[in-house]
Amino acid sequence: MKVLALDSSGLTASAAVVEDDGINSSLLAEYTVNYKKTHSQTLLPMLDEIAGMIELDLNTLDAIAVAAGPGSFTGLRIGSATAKGLGLALDKPLVHIPTVDALAYNLYGTDRIICPLMDARRNQVYTGIYEFEGNRLKVLEPQMAVGIEEIAKKLCALGREVIFLGDGVPVYRHKLTEILMAGQKFSFAPGHVSRQRAGAVGMLALQYVREGRTETASAHRPDYLRLPQAERERAEREAESHG
Amino acid sequence: MFPLYKRRRMVQTQVVAGGMENDMSEQKDIYILAVESSCDETAASVVKNGRHVLSNVISSQIELHKLYGGVVPEIASRKHIEKINQVIEEALEQAEVTLEDLDAIGVTYGPGLVGALLVGVAEAKAISYARKLPLVGVHHIEGHISANYIENPDLEPPFICLVVSGGHTHLVRVRDYGDYEILGRTRDDAAGEAFDKVARAIGLGYPGGPKIDKLSKEGNPEAISFPRAKIADSPYDFSFSGVKSAVLNYLNSCQMKGQAVNRADVAASFQKAVCDVLVEHAMLAMEACGGDKLAIAGGVASNSTLREAFAKACKERGVRFYHPSPVLCTDNAAMIGAAAYYEYQKGVRHGWDLNAVPNLKLGER
Repeated sequence: MKVLALDSSGLTASAAVVEDDGINSSLLAEYTVNYKKTHSQTLLPMLDEIAGMIELDLNTLDAIAVAAGPGSFTGLRIGSATAKGLGLALDKPLVHIPTVDALAYNLYGTDRIICPLMDARRNQVYTGIYEFEGNRLKVLEPQMAVGIEEIAKKLCALGREVIFLGDGVPVYRHKLTEILMAGQKFSFAPGHVSRQRAGAVGMLALQYVREGRTETASAHRPDYLRLPQAERERAEREAESHG
Repeated sequence: MFPLYKRRRMVQTQVVAGGMENDMSEQKDIYILAVESSCDETAASVVKNGRHVLSNVISSQIELHKLYGGVVPEIASRKHIEKINQVIEEALEQAEVTLEDLDAIGVTYGPGLVGALLVGVAEAKAISYARKLPLVGVHHIEGHISANYIENPDLEPPFICLVVSGGHTHLVRVRDYGDYEILGRTRDDAAGEAFDKVARAIGLGYPGGPKIDKLSKEGNPEAISFPRAKIADSPYDFSFSGVKSAVLNYLNSCQMKGQAVNRADVAASFQKAVCDVLVEHAMLAMEACGGDKLAIAGGVASNSTLREAFAKACKERGVRFYHPSPVLCTDNAAMIGAAAYYEYQKGVRHGWDLNAVPNLKLGER
């Protein structure tokens, strides 16, 4: 089984091709750039580059996977529209991978609690709480948009050693160190596994495909975890006028 | 799911007048799939040889944006991504073609709302990449101008075109296919924007153009004198913020004096003021540039008063007047397919790094 994976949810843009034969899995190619946010210009050329290097015949793909949110609204749509276009053109199903799950999957096999942090602005992070149970990623708290204090509180309640990763780490490192109780052990993942990687999206997607968790390219849409600002403000106005 | 790969277009053998079959020297038909998502319509179309529209599918979001009194960019972008595959599949289905029959993909890459444009651009790039089809990026205004080619087989450059919509007011000299000279443009609001703002002020709601057009038919266009703006040294440029403010001031002063407002008269007088300026500047350009063909395009080009005024002015001057049907005036992908065809024929090809350019200038690459 062969899957093409894309992640343009954050500052990083990443494309990968993964495959497995039911026993062994492998990452055939991955191109990840964490430089400037010009995903619209870079994502497809990156895919073209790796496809050329591994002489990929796109028709041999079983599915197209995409980190489908949360993340930058525009970034998510660049990834999703690319995946939808590929799915339509190749008549292949899509795999919708939660961005925060794929981030957590970077830390395969750790016995610590995994807490990805994506900077969501407006004093929030996109985050979740995960652990590995055997070789499976177990979701303790599904991905959400919350304040840093709230996720820290949940982690304190668990009372276990935590490893943080994601582009929210540089933003909240200091604050986390302040909030987390003395005595609680925590650490921060090193750079090569601390950002979105399409390889991790693809590996999770292989599991999804085997379990039949795919969707049509037409039905696919990103999962923003947030309403558009205009819609939120309208809901607030209506709540006020009815309240 | 549509069976995109199962159905092939029947191979047609054309028979020429002498009864002989076309040989290979006959030009091959060019089929282009075009995608448009620059504002609040998600649209796809299949166009044959630039002028023959095989399908023209438009998914409008107007009802959604009415709640906010105008287009909300983030909501527009979200709707585009939800609808885009469905719209493209429907366009192929209605045209009875498959992706294998296509020669190129055309897509609007500017100007427009950046988040909205990006959906169409990323989608079109992915399709053309996966199907190894040439990619042709199209300027949205060039699309509007090219809408005139679809229903007017005789229309060829050079001609003068006035593009008037909610986002644009351009007076353009079309020297050749894909070769444009901008003679004049608005210095502030687009004409359609002024319609929307005035419509809101007199309680008609969004979108204002069609509503003002309708109400005006019950009003007297000479009832109130609203200003016709002229720009010193730029006879072809426009300004619509003045007439909009004049309407708002008029409404305010009526309210202060406790006078009832005749909304139909306001609508008709405002519309007349805008149309007068548009026609006058376009006719000035005709006189200066010569030629005997004038076209209008864009959403406001479906305004009935504007069409009548242009038809009259053109007739008086012996100028042929062209205008698209209303469905081809507002945003659609058929016009993008028409423009893409001429760009394709000129050898224009875009790479996988094509980006959305929200403030793309006409004639820029």
